[in-house]
Amino acid sequence: MTGIDVARIRSDFPILKRTVRDDKPLIYLDNAATSQKPVEVLDAERTFYETSNAAAHRGAHQLAEEATEAYELARAQVAGFVGADASNIVFTKNATESLNLAAYAFSNATALSRWGTPVDPRFVLQPGDSVVVTEMEHHANLVPWQEVCAKTGASLRWVPLTDNGRLELAGLDGIIDASTKVVSVVHQSNILGTINPVAEIMAKAHAVGAVGVVDACQSIPHLPVDVSALGADLVAWSGHKMLGPTGIGLLYGTAEILDAMPPFLTGGSMIATVEMDRSTYAAAPQKFEAGVPMVAQAVGLGAAVNYLERLGMAQVAAHEQALTAYSLMAIGKIPGVRIIGPPEAVDRGSAISFVVAGIHPHDVGQVLDNMGIAVRVGHHCAWPTCRRFGVPATTRISPYIYNDLNDIDALVEGIVEAQRFFKVAS
Amino acid sequence: MSLESLYQDIILDHYKNPRGRGLMESPLGTAFHVNPTCGDEINMQVAASEDGGLLIGYEGTGCSISQASASVLYELVQGRPVADAESIRLAFVELMHSKGHADPDEEVLGDAIAFVGVAKYPARIKCALLPWMALQDAEIKGGLMSEPDSDQE
Repeated sequence: MTGIDVARIRSDFPILKRTVRDDKPLIYLDNAATSQKPVEVLDAERTFYETSNAAAHRGAHQLAEEATEAYELARAQVAGFVGADASNIVFTKNATESLNLAAYAFSNATALSRWGTPVDPRFVLQPGDSVVVTEMEHHANLVPWQEVCAKTGASLRWVPLTDNGRLELAGLDGIIDASTKVVSVVHQSNILGTINPVAEIMAKAHAVGAVGVVDACQSIPHLPVDVSALGADLVAWSGHKMLGPTGIGLLYGTAEILDAMPPFLTGGSMIATVEMDRSTYAAAPQKFEAGVPMVAQAVGLGAAVNYLERLGMAQVAAHEQALTAYSLMAIGKIPGVRIIGPPEAVDRGSAISFVVAGIHPHDVGQVLDNMGIAVRVGHHCAWPTCRRFGVPATTRISPYIYNDLNDIDALVEGIVEAQRFFKVAS
Repeated sequence: MSLESLYQDIILDHYKNPRGRGLMESPLGTAFHVNPTCGDEINMQVAASEDGGLLIGYEGTGCSISQASASVLYELVQGRPVADAESIRLAFVELMHSKGHADPDEEVLGDAIAFVGVAKYPARIKCALLPWMALQDAEIKGGLMSEPDSDQE
């Protein structure tokens, strides 16, 4: 249906050959949680361990040099993938850490300023200041900001949602105002699939002097994203949702903002000088990378970037767009099924949440699992979003490059089977 | 494994026709428990009858397993002495940790033996245990039971 050859891609992913639940072929539709890994990502990690393993950025022996080179090459590959310079990319453990790194810049700067340490005033919060998020944030882009507010006295505000799962932008000027010090919004919702106009929101943030943060976990693996076009100061995402290994996350920051932010985790590697009672810190990105870095994971992520670049992100996006349009149509026409999120395949990604009348999502997921279909059920770490739509949980599919229309047909059969099994009118 | 081994008819019947569902006016102890991974909720209340029997009130939202488990709990422990209810509770907890290999005693567990299949699905064990953990908590809060030495879950 597009330039993506699903059969060929599938042959690159060993796990897709296995069966589950009594020899049923695996249909993996849980990519918003984590993607599977092609063999070349696994090989890249293994080869690194077999040939060049050493602690990067310390030591002067040949292996240490090679490990450092491999780690920095991965940084350059990731940077190129999102249109950034390598010096703008910070490696973290995962996107949650990236967002905490951003959030802690505020609570740390606020604490430091109380004792006279010079800090950039943009990061100092006090009662009367506001932090703005949206009602569709993943907990990873909500809870850290709640913590920042609790520690500093700032107030948390959020952009509400329409019944179709879009941001209610009409009142944005009343939410992002002169009191706003940081605006942190999701690019593509992990639960609703909505793609938000983040550049417009970031422009509003900057107009009032606020720092702009974007959670791009669900967009960068699926769309061509040029981080500078998002207009954000900081962009967080993870490696494992874009074919890379677990244990590596990313934070893009403009040179100016990374320089202005205080460090998050402190210790080895991130310092310039250390005395018994004080330290100075390295320049970014090293300032934010304390401890021995995850070199093998970075190397694996570099291989994942190569894989996606070979496919072409425009092709990936077109493939997913076709899957999304078909899925919305096929799921939406099952009687008793309600899609939670934008019902049309416009400005939305492939993550599609739905509820089946009379059957709890856990039970829907169990029937699907019994047929070999892996979906996510629950609140998807977006509990307030579920509450907004009056549902305790949803069932969510999130197709990726190795899924095709047959997978969606199997899903639809599975939903109808769940209705039959639980004897609800369909 | 078949779906029928997980969702035995007894479970589906309790889910569709919950026994004793509803809250009491003045409970001795109340516990609101949530399964944070899925959002299932149970509000469990306990009181004591004049002859020392346990009285149960509950409400909840969630999957068939968690809600059927609450209904079965009600059926098994309503009116029973607290010590008997605790024996039943411990037998149910043990059943859930059996990995599906137990041969549960119907004399003790009644309809709860239908949950033996649930124990084969690690992700669903917490669903089944949710009301039973809330029961223990409500009994402690209501002064009907003392704090356990260690977490039996």
